[in-house]
Amino acid sequence: MKFGVVVFPGSNCDADAYHAFRDALGQPTTYLWHKDHDLKGVDCVILPGGFSYGDYLRSGAIARFSPLMQEVREFADKGGLVLGICNGFQVLLELNLLPGAMLRNKKLKFLCQYVTIRLENDRTPFTRKGTKGQILRIPIAHFDGNWYAPLETLKEVEDNGQVVFRYCDPEGALTEEANVNGSLHAIAGLVNKRGNVCGMMPHPERAVEPVLGSEDGLVVLQSLLEKIS
Amino acid sequence: MKARILVSFKDSVLDPQGQTVRNALHTLGYDAVQDVRQGKVFELDLSGISKAEAERLIPEIAGKVLANMVIEKYTWQILED
Amino acid sequence: MKTPLHDDKVLAHHNLTRDEYDLISNLIGREPNLTELGIFSAMWSEHCSYKSSKVYLKKLPTKAKNVVQGPGENAGVIDIGDGRVIVFKIESHNHPSYIEPFQGAATGVGGILRDIFTMGARPVALMDSLRFGPLQNPKNRSIMEGVVSGISSYGNSIGVPTVGGEVYFNECYSLNPLVNVFCLGLAEKDKIFYAKTDDVGNAILYVGAKTGRDGIHGASMASQEFGEDTEAKRPNVQVGDPFKEKLLVEACLEVMERRIIVGIQDMGAAGLTCSTTEMPAKSGKGVEIDLDLVPQREKGMNPYEILLSESQERMLIAARPDQVPAVKTAFAKWDLDAVEIGKVTGDGKLRCRFHGEIVVDVPVSAVVDLCPAYSRPWEKPAGPAKRTDFGSIPQPKDYNDVLRKLLSSPTIANKEWIYRQYDHMVQTNTALLPGAGAALLRIRGSKKGLAMTLDGNGRFAALDPRTGGKASVAEACRNLACIGARPIGVTNCLNFGNPEKPGVMGQFKEAVEGMSEACDAFGIAVTGGNVSFYNETEGVAIDPTPVLGIVGLVEDIDKVVTPGFKAGGDTVILLGENKEEFGGSEYLNVIHGLNDGLPPTVDLDREIAVHETLLEAIGEGLVRSADDPSEGGLAVCAAECAFHSPEKIGCDLSFEEGERPDAILFGESHARILLTVRPENVGRVLEIAEKRGVPAKIIGTTGGSSLRIRVAENLLVNLPVAVAYRLWMDAIPDYFAVPKSFS
Repeated sequence: MKFGVVVFPGSNCDADAYHAFRDALGQPTTYLWHKDHDLKGVDCVILPGGFSYGDYLRSGAIARFSPLMQEVREFADKGGLVLGICNGFQVLLELNLLPGAMLRNKKLKFLCQYVTIRLENDRTPFTRKGTKGQILRIPIAHFDGNWYAPLETLKEVEDNGQVVFRYCDPEGALTEEANVNGSLHAIAGLVNKRGNVCGMMPHPERAVEPVLGSEDGLVVLQSLLEKIS
Repeated sequence: MKARILVSFKDSVLDPQGQTVRNALHTLGYDAVQDVRQGKVFELDLSGISKAEAERLIPEIAGKVLANMVIEKYTWQILED
Repeated sequence: MKTPLHDDKVLAHHNLTRDEYDLISNLIGREPNLTELGIFSAMWSEHCSYKSSKVYLKKLPTKAKNVVQGPGENAGVIDIGDGRVIVFKIESHNHPSYIEPFQGAATGVGGILRDIFTMGARPVALMDSLRFGPLQNPKNRSIMEGVVSGISSYGNSIGVPTVGGEVYFNECYSLNPLVNVFCLGLAEKDKIFYAKTDDVGNAILYVGAKTGRDGIHGASMASQEFGEDTEAKRPNVQVGDPFKEKLLVEACLEVMERRIIVGIQDMGAAGLTCSTTEMPAKSGKGVEIDLDLVPQREKGMNPYEILLSESQERMLIAARPDQVPAVKTAFAKWDLDAVEIGKVTGDGKLRCRFHGEIVVDVPVSAVVDLCPAYSRPWEKPAGPAKRTDFGSIPQPKDYNDVLRKLLSSPTIANKEWIYRQYDHMVQTNTALLPGAGAALLRIRGSKKGLAMTLDGNGRFAALDPRTGGKASVAEACRNLACIGARPIGVTNCLNFGNPEKPGVMGQFKEAVEGMSEACDAFGIAVTGGNVSFYNETEGVAIDPTPVLGIVGLVEDIDKVVTPGFKAGGDTVILLGENKEEFGGSEYLNVIHGLNDGLPPTVDLDREIAVHETLLEAIGEGLVRSADDPSEGGLAVCAAECAFHSPEKIGCDLSFEEGERPDAILFGESHARILLTVRPENVGRVLEIAEKRGVPAKIIGTTGGSSLRIRVAENLLVNLPVAVAYRLWMDAIPDYFAVPKSFS
């Protein structure tokens, strides 16, 4: 399976994602330049973390106008797999490929730390390898990860089973303290209705080797390789 | 021609920055301040278009790019030269 | 009417003496014009010329087998084997961070990053050494909050992890906080770039942000020359643009990787002046530039402003004429302009044109190399005004209470509130998370790890600068040893008061000599760094604060040791000697309000023997945890080992009777390490220690959920780990908590 990591100006987890998919997952991986109109025949598009365009207007707001995003949208519309991590999630929200928007973290500080997240839906291409209720320990690093949506959108997202990850305590309980950034319903990751586009604030690519302290991110990476049964 | 666009959170959206400023003002004794909403100001320098075109263009730019309509709203005005 | 330039006021504004002015006139064969005077003023400033310090800095060891590049370039370079080198340096941004904490700290990060990638290395780690006044004062809290968000904003955005550092609190930093920023980059040995121009006819290209009137200091006089409204337009605070710098990193590394340039330098202090003189000086050439071609952000800038602006995120590149188109294309890919502003010449001069006229014509060697070096008068430091009679200090009645207070002291307390705001994991090489001794990065494609630490102790240095200088080197190397790393190279940031005061110069001289001695003993070279003088406000200097950045190498990353207790039932061993030294300790400061006494002695032979013992034991896989007692002594060290164990395992420790139990528990003697081993390995560890002549004692066992410490059979400390942990974790966040009534 071939993976493509999009590089925007200001992306800074592009090399990390490239390394994780190529070396930890062992799959052919290529960079996709934001100014091109070419997805190079990849099977899955990764929108990496970082500060695209400095996040100067809003996180992810300018990146969505990059030329390549036309192709990414068409690719997603045809059912192609798209994973947005952190800033990539923010870009997907700005592109309206996923519902809602990001607010500043509830304590108004950038947060870089390990969090525990609970896998809520194990039938998506991004979580198939895991099991519902499984707890993963994966780092976050963001300023704007406080997911928000109007009530009706939130209800729809919940009713459709679009929530894939929630922030939880190490035992899996949803507590206010564990919901570090204040997201509605402690949402840490979402898919679209069709299930082929996923956004998540935690960085799975930072948890793929024992030397880094966790391999739980591999659940997400390896799920993408599972054949649909 | 100059235009000013003000982007702020919708009333229904929590504005933690505004609240922090309000708390700070209260700490300093400005009890009269009931609420604070924080926003962003954009000043656009426009040329080569008529005022009527500007009046069509500005809300388009504001709604499409400058504000995220899921959480934000905007107001705008054309400033006299 | 023009102000005569040799006017005392004009010279004072340029920080030049009459003698220096006469020397400049001699060197250029006539009186300089105002722009030229500005050039000399900037380049002959203490910051750029090291004129007060270079006499002493020469004493620092700068040579070792592994040194590829010592002091004199943008950063030092050390060979780490396998064809790879590290490029690293520390620099201060103290004054800007006091004036505007957020931007001051942010641009400090931006500046040090440029020093590293200018050499062809990709920056892979940042660390910060920070010192603030006590947090009880809201002004200090606001400075700290600003500095931390500034560092966070710049480092996080550009995607270089902030993996460690140190933070101290002391009254002497209230009006003069210290912000020292360290950066380390990795490169291939044969791909290092230097600040040079090479041949006549090569093009000089300007890349990066446009030039504005940022940080032009000396220019505030002679308002006739600038027009009356200039002052208002001249901000002293430089604003950083991490996004622009990220683009610069990628574009610069790309042109260096492809070898389509010949030399490169960043425009830091003294801006365009610095790079257009230093680069040709290194190649024995000159440069001619047209100031009208320099990209400008503001209208109506004059030559003085263009040459001396300190606008951020700018670089100067020298390239062969045939390389220029490719360089321009490479920068355009990253939405950056590369503008040709001049050429390399053969006459050794910097010549600048402005509106067709030559406005600057000076020999680059005069600007760069001929600044006088001063042997300023110095006085041997008198030491503390009064030596406390330690016998008169009452012994604590409640040792639990003392330990609680020490754990809540911000200098000792957990710093997560700070480092959680820094992205410390981006680039996915961070093998040890911040908060526990040295930082560690894995090196991809090898078993090796790069360890690094920043250490300084201003209180020790104030009491005895020579000992303080030595102590900082010893402590840094000890921190490295605790995870299993051997020191390989040093950078330092020397923060002192006004060097024109003999007392301050004496502190500087003594501290540098102390550091030299220690670096020599460890066999490590200083490859660069920074001197920050004039850290004084209202005539009061800070404690002399030499900060050492030492990098270490771990041969096998799988053998790395961490400070946390690993299991109950392990034996606790103290390597080294408990000398009951508590002069200058955090204990005296927090509990008795004293910054006094003689700092703990440094015995370099013993220090090295202790480190070697530990490294040998780690190499044999015998050590389960290791940590060195520093601020707060053995009691705090033991507590921290408990806090760092995921299960919060306690311990039971016993010490024999000494002179004073408080000195045993809270004294800060050097050359000590607290380690734990499985009971079956105790014999072997003691054997290694004996072989190396290092005292080693079994002092207890791990286990239980309390910290229990006895001296001469008296149970002095008995505190649940969970309780102690909360105090240690909450101390700093509590200072920043929103008052309950508003939340």
